[in-house]
Amino acid sequence: MSGLVAVIDYGMGNLHSVASALNHVGADEVVVTHDAELIRKADRVVFPGVGAIRDCMHEIRRLQCDELLTRALTEQGIPVLAICVGLQAMMSSSQENGGVDCLDIIPGEVRYFGNPLSDAEGNRLKVPHMGWNAVCQKRQHPLWRGIADMTRFYFVHSYYVHAEDRSLLAASVEYGVSADAALARDNLFAVQFHPEKSAGAGLQLLRNFIGWNGTC
Amino acid sequence: MSLAKRIIPCLDVDCGRVVKGVNFVGIRDAGDPVEIAMRYNEQGADEITFLDITASHEGRDTTVHTVEQIAEHVFIPLTVGGGIRSVEDIRTMLNAGADKVSINTAAINNPDLVRESAERFGSQCIVVAIDAKRVDDVDGKPRWEIFTHGGRKPTGIDAVEWAQKMADRGAGEILLTSMDRDGTKNGFELGVTRAITDAVEIPVIASGGVGNLDHLVDGIIEGGADAVLAASIFHFGEYSVPEAKAHMAARGIEVRL
Repeated sequence: MSGLVAVIDYGMGNLHSVASALNHVGADEVVVTHDAELIRKADRVVFPGVGAIRDCMHEIRRLQCDELLTRALTEQGIPVLAICVGLQAMMSSSQENGGVDCLDIIPGEVRYFGNPLSDAEGNRLKVPHMGWNAVCQKRQHPLWRGIADMTRFYFVHSYYVHAEDRSLLAASVEYGVSADAALARDNLFAVQFHPEKSAGAGLQLLRNFIGWNGTC
Repeated sequence: MSLAKRIIPCLDVDCGRVVKGVNFVGIRDAGDPVEIAMRYNEQGADEITFLDITASHEGRDTTVHTVEQIAEHVFIPLTVGGGIRSVEDIRTMLNAGADKVSINTAAINNPDLVRESAERFGSQCIVVAIDAKRVDDVDGKPRWEIFTHGGRKPTGIDAVEWAQKMADRGAGEILLTSMDRDGTKNGFELGVTRAITDAVEIPVIASGGVGNLDHLVDGIIEGGADAVLAASIFHFGEYSVPEAKAHMAARGIEVRL
C-alpha cells in the first residue's frame, strides 16, 4: 500500500510525468502540491526538480518547502525520494550560477562536469550529460529490487553530486568523472537520473519506492 | 559501459493525427500518435520526437491534448517541436508533459528566445532545430546555410556559426536536419554533421535522409552525432528499433539494449 504520495511542487517545471509514472505503477493517491497540511498527511514524499539551482533554491525557500522536507525526513520519518535537482538541492552547495548555498541535508558538493571533459580513452564528452547511462550499484537497497546492476537510466544534467560521506553512496555513474548517481540514508533515497523517464527500469524503481517502508 | 548513443523515432503530427502514415503489424489505428508512441516505447526507443505540422491555431489545442496523452502513457523523454513561437508556447508544451521543446524559425526571428527560455526552464529542455542546406563557397569549400519554410527560404546564416551561437545562448541540444537529404533515403549529410558536432559542446541529433541501418552507424561514427533521428524507416516497418540497435551494437556503438 503506497498510501498518499505527495510530489512537492515548488513551481519549477513539469511534474506531471512524475505523477503519471507513480499512478502507472499503482500508487493509491498522488498529489502534486506545496500545501503544508496535505504534505503533513502524506505517507511518502517525492522531491523532484528541474532547471537552474538558484531559481529552484529561491522557490524552495519562498514556499517553505525546505521545512516541509525536513519534517517529512525527521518528524514524520516517511520514505522520501529526491530526483535530479531535488537531489542537488539537498547537498551543501552547488557550483552552478556562480555558487549557491543549498539545503545541507546531505553534506557534499554539486560540481560542474568541466569543459573540456573526456573519457578514459581521451574521447571528448559533451555537456550536459544527456541520455542513457549505466548505473553502477554500490550497495544493496530495497529500491534496487528487480533492477540489475549496470542497468541504464536516463540522465540530463551539467552538474554532478559528490557526497562527503561515501558510505551513503548507493550508485555511481561514469562520465569523465565518477559521479554519485544515487545516495541513500535511512528513509531518504536520492537519485540523479530520472526514473519517470527511464522506461521499465525507472518504473520498477518507482514501484519499489511506493512499497518501501523507509528502512534499509 | 558508457553513455549510450540514442535512437529517436520522429512522428509528424497534423491536428492530432500522424501523417506520412505508419505501417506496423498489430497497430489498430495507424494515425494515432499515442498508440504509435507507446509502440516505439515498447520497442526500446530512447526518446520520441513529436513534430507538430498543424497549420491552424485551433488545431494547436489538439496538439496539447495529444502531448498530454502521450506523456501519460510513455515513460521516456518526449520532445515537441513545430510552431513554437514564444516562452508561453514553451510553457504550454512543458506543462502538457513534454520534456524538451524544439525551436526552429522562432530562434532565427528572435535569438533571445533561446536565452530567455533556457534561463526560465533550464537548458536541458531547449532544443534548437537547424535546417541546413549545402551552399558551397565559390572556391568549392563546403559551407552550409540555414533555410526556413521547408528548405525554400535562405537566411544567409552559416549553420555552424549558428549552432555555436545557440549553444552560447543556452540551447541544451541541437537537432540538425539536412534539407538536401531529408526524404531522400541517401543517408545523413555527414559533412555538416561532423562540422557542427565538432564545433559545439552540447549533444547533436542527426536527422534527414536515413534509408538503412548503415546510415545510422555513419551518423554516429563519421558524423560524430550523439543521437540519430529517423521517421520512415521505422514507420513503415522496414526496420524495427531493436534491429537498428543490434546493428549499431554489432558495429561497436554503445546502445541501450
